[in-house]
Amino acid sequence: MMPLLAVRDLTVTFAAAAAAAAGPVRVVDGISLDVMPGEVVGLVGESGSGKSVTLRALLRLLHAAHIGGRVLWKGRDVLAMPDHELREMRGKGMAAVFQEPTAALNPVLPIGLQIEESLSAHTTLNAAARRRRAIELLGEVGITDASRRLGAYPHELSGGQRQRAMIAIALAAGPEILLADEPTTALDVTIQDQILALLLRLVADRGMGLLLVTHDLGVVAETCDRMVVLYAGRVAEAGSVADVFHQPRHAYTDALLRSMPGEGTARTRLAPIPGQPPSLGRPPDACAFVPRCGYTNPLCTEHRPPLIEVEPGRASACTAWNRLPARVPS
Amino acid sequence: MNRAGAIAGRIAQIVPTFFLIGLVVFVLARLLPGDAVSAMLGDRATDETVQRITHQLGLDRSILSQLVAFLAQAAQGRFGESLAFRVPVASLIVERLPVTLMLTGMATLIALCLALPLAFVAAMTANRWPDILIRTVFQVGLSSPVFFVGLVLLTIFAAGLHLFPVGGYGEGFGEHLYHLFLPALTLALSFSAVIMRTLRGSILAVLRAEFVDFARAKGLSSRVILLRHVLRSAAITTVTLVGLHIGSLLGGAVITESVFAVPGVGRLMVDSIFSRDYPVIQALTLILAVLVSLTFLATDLLHGWLDPRTGV
Repeated sequence: MMPLLAVRDLTVTFAAAAAAAAGPVRVVDGISLDVMPGEVVGLVGESGSGKSVTLRALLRLLHAAHIGGRVLWKGRDVLAMPDHELREMRGKGMAAVFQEPTAALNPVLPIGLQIEESLSAHTTLNAAARRRRAIELLGEVGITDASRRLGAYPHELSGGQRQRAMIAIALAAGPEILLADEPTTALDVTIQDQILALLLRLVADRGMGLLLVTHDLGVVAETCDRMVVLYAGRVAEAGSVADVFHQPRHAYTDALLRSMPGEGTARTRLAPIPGQPPSLGRPPDACAFVPRCGYTNPLCTEHRPPLIEVEPGRASACTAWNRLPARVPS
Repeated sequence: MNRAGAIAGRIAQIVPTFFLIGLVVFVLARLLPGDAVSAMLGDRATDETVQRITHQLGLDRSILSQLVAFLAQAAQGRFGESLAFRVPVASLIVERLPVTLMLTGMATLIALCLALPLAFVAAMTANRWPDILIRTVFQVGLSSPVFFVGLVLLTIFAAGLHLFPVGGYGEGFGEHLYHLFLPALTLALSFSAVIMRTLRGSILAVLRAEFVDFARAKGLSSRVILLRHVLRSAAITTVTLVGLHIGSLLGGAVITESVFAVPGVGRLMVDSIFSRDYPVIQALTLILAVLVSLTFLATDLLHGWLDPRTGV
């Protein structure tokens, strides 16, 4: 089966904006990943690992950035598309949900209009049909009393309702892939679960692919089929969620999993990862995780370890991939 | 939130505002140096005449009863008789006010016509040559004083090229437009520079807003994004600025009307101050202040309509 979305060697480089930065800054450096129909892929990493930039690069939403590599949506290269094809693809091929619905929704336009304009852009429905469809969409994402909510402005909705409204907007044109950038980070824990359940239901109902950007391993464990772990703009490791959680193949993933509070195990000591992620200005030709790593050996600083397939369906860029301890399920 | 109630509340606020304006105007007129009676009668008046006129004008009554009488009359649009012109103040103002209103209206219209498209072009070409050219030209407009711009325009277009009259107001609407064009343009130049700069800045700020990225992610065309998402949000700050500025245009008309010999309330105000024509000064200040308050009210209502978050 052909992947809906295939990203190959994606690079994102910003010209040095701040005077402090010497030379251009490569924020994303050679990321590859696939999303299949009906599959949920987690893109995981700390703040500054390049995960949100990656998501925006896939839709060419970045300002003043140079994007390299290939982004293949059903085999067509998004990065080489002319503008009219790009517009067609955005929203209908790949749609996005952002982290902060308060910022992503236009504060001076009613919710209904913000759904209907997606429908105007991608369908031939007339005004009455668009309105009916907008009501259906709001109902589908669990907003009650949808017909009255069409005229509401974003500030008149609660945080959870705003996020639901944003999901309804993203779904309007019936996208094949949904790109969700930390869609639950701004929400209360109880609402987070509802929104994740909603996304999973939509994936199941519509057969959509979902690329979920998150820093929260708990969310990944609950929702994703496969995961791609980013560190300093590069893929550290990739594999199925079950495999990675059972047997990490990168020292960074290992440390990340140790820093996660175990479910049901009360008051065990967490092991935070010491140090800070590296600055991205001039990456040395070495593994970026070395200063914080407990498994360093001379190979790590000689060259940057390449991402290699260590098992079928598992890729790792760690020299210690076969020396990491398996995790006992807690 | 009850929007109609909020609007009614905002309109109700205007009543105490009017009262305070009246009070301030009354006190200010009493604080002016010199006295009206001697201004009227000249140096050779006898004490007896002075007393008679003082009594006639009610200037010998207590200050409080003068205030009450003033406010009661003003509320009915009666401002007494001009000391200098010997005609009712109301008729003087009715004759002159439309001139100033027309001048202000034309100036605002010209300023908007210049500023809106150019702000748009400047924002779209930010920091490239069209933007830099537009900003440089407007910077000159902004930093030149009104009387200077007025004189330059007069010298070139009226005295030099004979395209426009040197001054006056003409007869009939068409001639009014023709006569007021240069003075309106004079007022409009610095005004449009302010609008252009604000709107350009707002457009650039809104273009970087997250909701514009989200709109792009939906696959909307650039035209829809600009007209529906960017311009409306950018207009919010600009509307407030335009409203505030129209208020100062009404006052700024004093200089322009003097330069172009336009018979509006600006010139009437200057003449009245020189002749200590208290009733005219009071009435004009009051009316201009009320007009400015009404402009602000309209601005607030428009702002509330553009930005539903304000609840007005």
